[in-house]
Amino acid sequence: MSIILDDVYKAFGPHEVLRGFSLEVRDGETLVVLGESGSGKSVALKHMVGLFSADRGEVWVDGRKLRDLPTEELYELRRGIGYVFQFAALFDSMTLEQNVGMGLRRIGGLSEQEIAKRVEECLAVVDLDGLGARYPAELSGGQRKRTGIARAIAARPKYLLYDEPTTGLDPVTKAVIDQLILRMKKELGVTGVVITHDVDSACLVGDRIAMLYRGRRRFLGTPDELKATVDPVVKGFIEGRPELMEETE
Amino acid sequence: MTERLLAPFTAIGRAALSLASGIGRWGVFAGDTVRSLRHVDVWGRLLLEQMSRIGADSVPIALFISTFTGVVLALQASYTFTGAIPMYFVGVLVGKTMMLELGPVLTGLALSGRVGANIAAELGTMRVTEQVDALETMAYPPLAYLVAPRVLAGIIMFPIVTVLAVGIGVVSGWLTSLQLLDMSTAEFLRGLTLFFRPFDVVFTVIKATSFGLIVTSIGCYFGFHTRGGAAGVGQSTTRAVVASSMVILVLDAFWAVVLL
Ligand SMILES: Nc1ncnc2c1ncn2[C@@H]1O[C@H](COP(=O)(O)OP(=O)(O)O)[C@@H](O)[C@H]1O
Ligand SMILES: [Mg+2]
Repeated sequence: MSIILDDVYKAFGPHEVLRGFSLEVRDGETLVVLGESGSGKSVALKHMVGLFSADRGEVWVDGRKLRDLPTEELYELRRGIGYVFQFAALFDSMTLEQNVGMGLRRIGGLSEQEIAKRVEECLAVVDLDGLGARYPAELSGGQRKRTGIARAIAARPKYLLYDEPTTGLDPVTKAVIDQLILRMKKELGVTGVVITHDVDSACLVGDRIAMLYRGRRRFLGTPDELKATVDPVVKGFIEGRPELMEETE
Repeated sequence: MTERLLAPFTAIGRAALSLASGIGRWGVFAGDTVRSLRHVDVWGRLLLEQMSRIGADSVPIALFISTFTGVVLALQASYTFTGAIPMYFVGVLVGKTMMLELGPVLTGLALSGRVGANIAAELGTMRVTEQVDALETMAYPPLAYLVAPRVLAGIIMFPIVTVLAVGIGVVSGWLTSLQLLDMSTAEFLRGLTLFFRPFDVVFTVIKATSFGLIVTSIGCYFGFHTRGGAAGVGQSTTRAVVASSMVILVLDAFWAVVLL
């Protein structure tokens, strides 16, 4: 069981963002997607939960084609996927507890006490226990990100999709989040997809790393293979040397 | 040269086209919202809160406006009628005008500023900060969660707020007649009831209901389709207020033609 993007095309008006992007997320792994800002990483990730639907090509989750899925089944399937948004996307009219409990309330079948207990556990996992009564506006950037992660894991999903979890954080907070991603995999056994443009984070948390470039997959391999690559585009990206990436298609 | 001359016409043509497609997209949006009503479990618990935010919180502004409108109507009526028409016609004019026109329209316009702008800004912010996407990923249909309770609250509360406003406007017209126009309560009441038809109230309610639908659904529409950060939110808010104010005035004329 896995998430598969198969030859996905997506354009916004004349702007072709994905042009035949393919990717298979294997069960249990953490797959990192690298790419420049604006290269379409978030767009690709959103395809995996059906927030966008491909112009061409297919997206499969656990053997089911998202395109053919009735809304109810899509919602059902989304319960197995936690999504960590780039800027956390917390509901600012709600406390942290309410934010983290949102998904659980929707699932139903849980009493208020059970929800409260689960919420407390999730906040503890991301070291925010005791802050449940705060509002998002009262938090630091790192705390918001961690709340976003707590909210994503609340329904005990099989998959966790992280959109730039460490972008814009100071080095210490960044390390905390990277460790958290590793723990999610080890302790909760989740399959992860991590989007980033940070090569160090990518090599630390990723079992495999893909690079999205001009709408297609330019590279796929282990961190060691990434470091040993001879592809000038990939090399230019990881070494921060744009002159190497200058090439015609 | 000819291009220069034609420019205003192409501009008008373009505006007309974008208006038509805008109406079409709003229609699709409204249809999707109606379909989302089947998720009662999602919007049901949110309705009361929205009714209080959209309705109860709007009462002060609506009453403020109608109080002064009542005063002005009474004074203008007496100014117009003095010497020609019996003074109890002040009551006729205050009652009819408040009920049929100024109560619903002024309340609608005021609330398009207060409620419509608020909705567009709130949903717009949620859109650009990906909170709408977050709802989706947690299996909350955004239309059922965000739009349905607001539009329903608008449909329910606008008539209530408007009827209150009409009532206060009439009372302030009556007090003005007593204090400033030397009329008696009996005279004012005589005028008020002379041409009153129960259908006037129905007309008020129909208008206010349609304005509630328009203000909230247009606010939701522009908010929901916001793009491009803070600037986009500002733009959506302005558009929502402008569009709903215009539609209110057009609908106002429409109801007069169709129902009177
Ligand atoms: N909803 C949308 N409508 C129009 N254009 C979009 C939309 N979402 C993303 N884009 C465009 O797609 C491109 C890729 O965006 P994104 O996936 O966010 O990049 P990144 O790799 O930085 O995450 C950008 O040029 C962006 O402007
Ligand atoms: Mg992005």
